[in-house]
Amino acid sequence: MLDAGEVMVGTAKITARNVDVFYADNQAIDKVTVDIEQNAVTAFIGPSGCGKSTFLRCLNRMNDTIDICRVTGEILLDGNDIYARDVDPVQLRARVGMVFQKPNPFPKSIYDNVAYGPRIHGLAGNKGELDQIVEQSLRRAALWDEAKDRLDQPGTGLSGGQQQRLCIARAIATAPEVLLMDEPCSALDPIATAQIEELIDELRASYSVVIVTHSMQQAARVSQKTAFFHLGLLLEYGETSKIFTNPDHEKTQQYITGRFG
Amino acid sequence: MNKAEAMLALTLMAIAGISVIAFVVARSRAVASAGGNLAGMHSRPGYHGLYAWLCVLMTGYGAYIVVNIISSFVVGNQMNSAIAELAPDLEGLQAATALNDARALALGGVASKTDALREELARIFTGINATRIWALTIVSLGAATGAAVWAIAKVREGFRARNRSEKILRTMLWIAASIAIITTFGIFLSLIGETLNFFSKIDWRIDKFLFGLTWSPLAGVHVGEMSADKVGAVPLFLGTAMITLIAMIVAIPVGLFAAIYLSEFASAKTRSTIKPVLEILAGIPTVVYGFFAATTVAPFMVGIGDALGIPVEAESALAAGVVMGIMIIPFISSLSDDVINAVPQALRDGSYGLGATKAETITKVVLPAALPGIVSASLLGVSRAVGETMIVVMAVGQSANLTLNPLDKVTTVTVQITMLILGDTEAETAAGPAYALGFALFVATLALNIFALRVVRKHAQKYD
Amino acid sequence: MTEQMIDMAGLSAKHASVEAAHRVKRRHWAEFRLRAYGILAIAVAVIALLILIYTIFAKALSVTHEHYISLTVDVEVTDRQMKRVEDPNPRLLPNLNKLVRGSLKETAGADLDRKGRKQLNALLSTDAGLELGKAVKADPALIGGPLRFDALLDDQLQLYLGGAFGTLEDAGTEGEITITSGDDDSVTIDFAPAAMTEARAAVQQDRALEARNARRSARDQARAFDETEAALANAADEADRQTLQTSLDSYRAARDQANQRAEQIEAQANNVAAIFTLREDDPSIFIQINRGWIKLTQLGPDRATGVIMDPLTEMGTLASGDWTALMFERPEAERKINDRQMLWLENFKRAGKIESMFNWRLLQSSDSSNAELAGIWGALVGSFWTMIVTFLLAFPIGVMASIYLEEFAPKNKVTELIEVNINNLAAVPSIVFGLLGITVLITGVKLFGTDLFDGILKSITEDPRSTPLAGGVVLALMSLPTIIIASRASIKAVPPSIRDAALGLGASRLQTASHHVLPLAMPGILTGSIIAMAQALGETAPLIIVGMNAFIQDPPGDPLDKANVLPSLIYLWNNQSERLFDGKTAMAIAVLLIFLVLMNTLAVLLRKRFERRW
Repeated sequence: MLDAGEVMVGTAKITARNVDVFYADNQAIDKVTVDIEQNAVTAFIGPSGCGKSTFLRCLNRMNDTIDICRVTGEILLDGNDIYARDVDPVQLRARVGMVFQKPNPFPKSIYDNVAYGPRIHGLAGNKGELDQIVEQSLRRAALWDEAKDRLDQPGTGLSGGQQQRLCIARAIATAPEVLLMDEPCSALDPIATAQIEELIDELRASYSVVIVTHSMQQAARVSQKTAFFHLGLLLEYGETSKIFTNPDHEKTQQYITGRFG
Repeated sequence: MNKAEAMLALTLMAIAGISVIAFVVARSRAVASAGGNLAGMHSRPGYHGLYAWLCVLMTGYGAYIVVNIISSFVVGNQMNSAIAELAPDLEGLQAATALNDARALALGGVASKTDALREELARIFTGINATRIWALTIVSLGAATGAAVWAIAKVREGFRARNRSEKILRTMLWIAASIAIITTFGIFLSLIGETLNFFSKIDWRIDKFLFGLTWSPLAGVHVGEMSADKVGAVPLFLGTAMITLIAMIVAIPVGLFAAIYLSEFASAKTRSTIKPVLEILAGIPTVVYGFFAATTVAPFMVGIGDALGIPVEAESALAAGVVMGIMIIPFISSLSDDVINAVPQALRDGSYGLGATKAETITKVVLPAALPGIVSASLLGVSRAVGETMIVVMAVGQSANLTLNPLDKVTTVTVQITMLILGDTEAETAAGPAYALGFALFVATLALNIFALRVVRKHAQKYD
Repeated sequence: MTEQMIDMAGLSAKHASVEAAHRVKRRHWAEFRLRAYGILAIAVAVIALLILIYTIFAKALSVTHEHYISLTVDVEVTDRQMKRVEDPNPRLLPNLNKLVRGSLKETAGADLDRKGRKQLNALLSTDAGLELGKAVKADPALIGGPLRFDALLDDQLQLYLGGAFGTLEDAGTEGEITITSGDDDSVTIDFAPAAMTEARAAVQQDRALEARNARRSARDQARAFDETEAALANAADEADRQTLQTSLDSYRAARDQANQRAEQIEAQANNVAAIFTLREDDPSIFIQINRGWIKLTQLGPDRATGVIMDPLTEMGTLASGDWTALMFERPEAERKINDRQMLWLENFKRAGKIESMFNWRLLQSSDSSNAELAGIWGALVGSFWTMIVTFLLAFPIGVMASIYLEEFAPKNKVTELIEVNINNLAAVPSIVFGLLGITVLITGVKLFGTDLFDGILKSITEDPRSTPLAGGVVLALMSLPTIIIASRASIKAVPPSIRDAALGLGASRLQTASHHVLPLAMPGILTGSIIAMAQALGETAPLIIVGMNAFIQDPPGDPLDKANVLPSLIYLWNNQSERLFDGKTAMAIAVLLIFLVLMNTLAVLLRKRFERRW
């Protein structure tokens, strides 16, 4: 499964060890162990229902919002257990941001959408700083040029691709260290998808990005590392190039060649 | 049951009987006409029967109703001319009483007084009424039989009995649906007539009705006067507004916070216990709330006032308002609960994903998104409070004070309508101001309702 | 916006800072508050509900029993009364009041003057004689013999025996007392100082309260005085000054007088050796010796005077235990049953003559202006007929309208108008429906005379208002929107695949609707209809507008009889001044609530039983 030699110890941002996830009595994730690297894009791939989204949601404890969900094992962020008693999920999620499958801008102005995170976390000292954070985030999300003249208009009025970039800008503005993306392009057309992919590649410079995707091409295009999930198990994890050219596991081979999925 | 009643009852049953016979005959004729080849018929025999049955029922009962309306009109006229001939100097009311007594005598009831005139009238009435009942019986039975013969004659292989009877039934369905429109128009028509009559009595000073400060509409009635200066409804509007405001001050925060707690914090189990409990509040009749306000809450508030040295009236706006607020809590909470639940989970996830707490998510994302729905729920609540009758009739008085003090006596639009209608003043005069108030109430609640629905509809377009 | 860049990595570091930790604490506190508001809100609603239910049931429980006095009557009837006994009309009853009263007098066993007789007779319910008459009419063989007859007591006594005014409490039995006879009925009682402490304490408390009230009124006068004084200082006009001066003087006098009075009362209340003269607004204090009663008129620290209410069997010195002091806290002036009547009742009670029975009368009899006789049966029957009319109209029309709107209606302006109207009707205040109803009825009578209604089977000799038919029609119109909305939801929930299947087999749309859609939607439609009926059952305002608030003593035999309904009876009784009606109103409400609970339970069960997920 995992070759210890491949993980360079110093650069791991998130370390997961033997993570199990249960929904009531159903086990959704079985003993997953993985290291997510700093400044890299890690892609989770696998057939539907394989647990990749569930595992992603463990990384910022979004699963806490589901009553019946139970997580065991160990997930470390910079060496600290995020499931420890004294860790506040609210603070954790500020550090591990998330972008969702369907664009979900708040029914507020574009500006307020982006300023939401900084405001609740008190990141900006004054209005000027907040303006700057908003602008910078929108620029990084490649939305500034389209949005700068309509910052006070509702974010729900944007096109699908723009909305998703707005959500990315919103996540960036909270100044996270890790960015989790749960199939961020599945609801978008090819052009918008290309824009987002380009954006993800740029974000790698500042963040650890973890992306769940259904599209193997997308994983191959944007990620450096790829993890293949199957039936709740992490079957294979390694360099994207290796996974796509010369996978160790037979199931991986079958999946990436489209024999099931 | 007297003879006439028995005869009419028999007629009505006979029409039903004829319809059943028509059904059976038409059905068997259809079977016979098919000659064993039922598949060749356009409609199954049952539909031929159904068609005949419907025809007989409609014509029979239709004829009965029409003849009844016409004949009762005729009987009324004849009795009036009879009394005009027999006792030309009787005044309107006395004449009406005499006629009633005569009818009572004729029908075996109890008359207020028996004299020669009444007995003569009763004799005349008995005669006319007998004719009327015979006419009713003969015409409606004749119509039913005619329809039966006609429908049975129609039975043929190619006759589209199913389409025809379905058309009749669909028309009936349509009529049932349009009763909603008829009711609305009925309300409008019944209110507008008396209202206009009332306005004409006050020389069309509608401004004085809407903006006048003195409400004492029956003050000059004994001399036959209705003064525009005494029908200023502002004290009533103000009283209604004050009680509504108090009710909303109770209901909106309690209802809204309860809805927030139930939809966002409570476990499924708590939710399923508390929601029905709140619904009990909604199911309690208003007359019970009125009793509660008048016998428990108002005395309690007077007691508190006494203890604090503040004068509190037993019929204060406060007691009625608070109880009305309690009544409206479940209304606000369940509507708010619905709109809060309608906010997509994706928005909450988006907020949590940015590290927001539950409270931040609720106040900054969920509530703003649900706001139009909450506003509309509150408007519907206001509309309820404005139109609520029993609580105020039982817990506040009739004194039309112009006051802003919630501890003072006030009165409301609905109280005045009720008291004017139930009061001792004869309907002709008391109805005017009551109907004008009713019309104002109808228009106000209708406007609130339409506005609230529009708010929701606009909101619904934004999301999907 | 400036071009200066913000260091995002620096911002990230903020998340782990101490300030952020503090901030998070504040944010969680805010969350705790929001949650607390929610719990508070629910608590408010639930507590309000509990208080409402509690007050109603507590009041209702006070009338679960009614009280009778058990008498022995020698049944003798006059010729006139005999005629009534023999009359076939069951409503014609002989009034045998004289017999009942005579027997009561014997039981009380006292020689009474006119006033006393009147007070004694006032113990009986107005209808006691008629009830005996009814028993005799039912079984004329009773005539001539002695009969044990339980006579219903008057409403105030019902309240007294139910404990509404308080109870006769012990106020000391210890020590020796000496009773000396004075003039007329008066006696002097000497007792050991400790013997009457409770009674003295109660009177003292009473006086202290009186003193406080006197002080308060003195304060009010003083305030008026001050205000007038200030006004006087500012008044310029001579005439005004004159009037102000006059009122100032009167306020001063009133203030001083009130203060003086308060001081007097306070002094007496605080004086251990004070001799209190007992008045009508003081607690009543009695001394009982066997069947004899003394009522105290003066109470000193070791001596009291009193009047004999019931003759004493013993006089002179009595040992501890041979006498009892009793006190009734609520003063005679504040209850409608006086001391004399109370003592009779106490004697009857001790003689075992007072019977308490479950109050079937409340459920079995109809409205009456005598509180002790009134019951809800007539209103229940009225509600029953009204509901029958409402259901027979609203249910078929509602279902037909829903089928039309869901299965047949074209998308056009008329349909839209119908839908808008249904929604709006649901929000029209109920009282407006009442106005609609009364207008239609009055117009109908005006145009066609009451003969129109003769055509519907029954002769109405007056007007058609106040009948279950009128009320039922109005309620049906009100219930229609509820039924239509529920039925449409239920019809909509039937999946289109079932319609397609039926249509595909060549069924017409009407056949599809009546054979397939309607049966599947029926549980939902019934649930909605039951809930609508429950609402209609509690509806009051439109019914009292159409005249169903009349005083009606007989249950209606059919929907065309004059009637009232349970909610309008509650409204009527709430307006009555007799206190017994308070409890009876609560009981009527309890019955109404029980019916509503049953109906809603039925609806819930129906929903659970037939709930189907497609």
